Amino acid sequence: MDFIAAHDLDEALAAKAHQPDAQLLAGGTDLMVEVNLAHHRPERVLSLRRVEELRELSTDRIGAGVTWARLERNGHRGLAQAARTVGSPQIRAAGTIGGNVATASPAGDGLPWIIAAEASIEVRSKERGTRTIPWNEFFVGVKRTSLASDEIITAVVVPEDVPAAQEFAKVGARNAMVISTVCCVVIRGDDGFRVALGSVATTPMRVTRAEEMINAESAISDAALDEFARIVSEEVRPITDHRSTEAYRRHASGVLARRLVERSLR
Amino acid sequence: MNITITVNGEERALDVTGHESLLSVLRNDLELPGTKDACEQGECGSCTVVFDGEAVCSCLVMAADADGSSVTTVEGVASDGHLHPVQEAMLAEGAVQCGFCTPGFVVAGSHLLESNPHPSEMELKEALSGNICRCTGYGAILRAFDTVTGEGS
Repeated sequence: MDFIAAHDLDEALAAKAHQPDAQLLAGGTDLMVEVNLAHHRPERVLSLRRVEELRELSTDRIGAGVTWARLERNGHRGLAQAARTVGSPQIRAAGTIGGNVATASPAGDGLPWIIAAEASIEVRSKERGTRTIPWNEFFVGVKRTSLASDEIITAVVVPEDVPAAQEFAKVGARNAMVISTVCCVVIRGDDGFRVALGSVATTPMRVTRAEEMINAESAISDAALDEFARIVSEEVRPITDHRSTEAYRRHASGVLARRLVERSLR
Repeated sequence: MNITITVNGEERALDVTGHESLLSVLRNDLELPGTKDACEQGECGSCTVVFDGEAVCSCLVMAADADGSSVTTVEGVASDGHLHPVQEAMLAEGAVQCGFCTPGFVVAGSHLLESNPHPSEMELKEALSGNICRCTGYGAILRAFDTVTGEGS
């Protein structure tokens, strides 16, 4: 195995341009599971752990190397709530938001917040410089993204006007250290509710039909919430797998989305 | 590749050849078997070490990436021949059944107490939530920590 430890972003970008097949390594919480259990043996590994530029964190820009532990304490409300449910303290001390975005698992706990906040993914390559990819163009399939092979994710860029009313919740088999069966984010702004879910489709998804329905209501009645939950359950596109059935995921999606809308109004 | 890691205050040089984890080199190359190898997927916490100031699962750290780092294992928690108060308390409370999870609890718990000597019950449970005791001996483990943090009777 070739191992490259980049010390700054320029060095990392040069290495990735030179060897686009290099497997990027940040917190290791996804990659090393593949190495240990699935006998994944990447020939080249490029470590980003020492790249200071990727660890910068501000309200409108979350460096790709920012760990869950930091987001738990200093993130936007909904993202901090999501961060707190990722793995265990040991995982949150190592795992990064950039890794969550790059792995693009349908169950990635940070991803529904990104699409509800309508954030962008900032990526960079040595040849073409920086590209800022909108939230609805980055995730293209199960663990597939629009990142090019010579690019590195540098940050999640958050719109300045992201509303403060944000709620996250997830359902899993137990409370601590669990992978989502369904996770959901609701952000409430002046333009209405934005509702995003994870683990219910090949990518994190917005339930736009349900959003349109609830945002057309002048007052949020119980009947309206029932109808909203019903549309959410209908609109999600889950599958049955080892973690849950399709039917349960549909049910839980409606329950969670409704609960978070109610919570965001308190 | 040749790497250098400061383990329990001592600089150790070794050669890593492949994709092995920090856990693997601690146990097999550096002959520090206190750190336990169980799930190898970051679920159980039995391999917890302090890596550059953070308690992490050593099974998820690629050894090559640990070059230049500083690591504390359970073997480095006691100092000058004296057990750490967490270790003393776990002995006194009988907080050990099969013992496989114990090193992970000792490392995660003593690491918490360094930054937060008097954690609330919630903070303590949260800090230990990444460590699984398959004997389900959590009651005695929490009682042991309570005697260290001053919560115990």
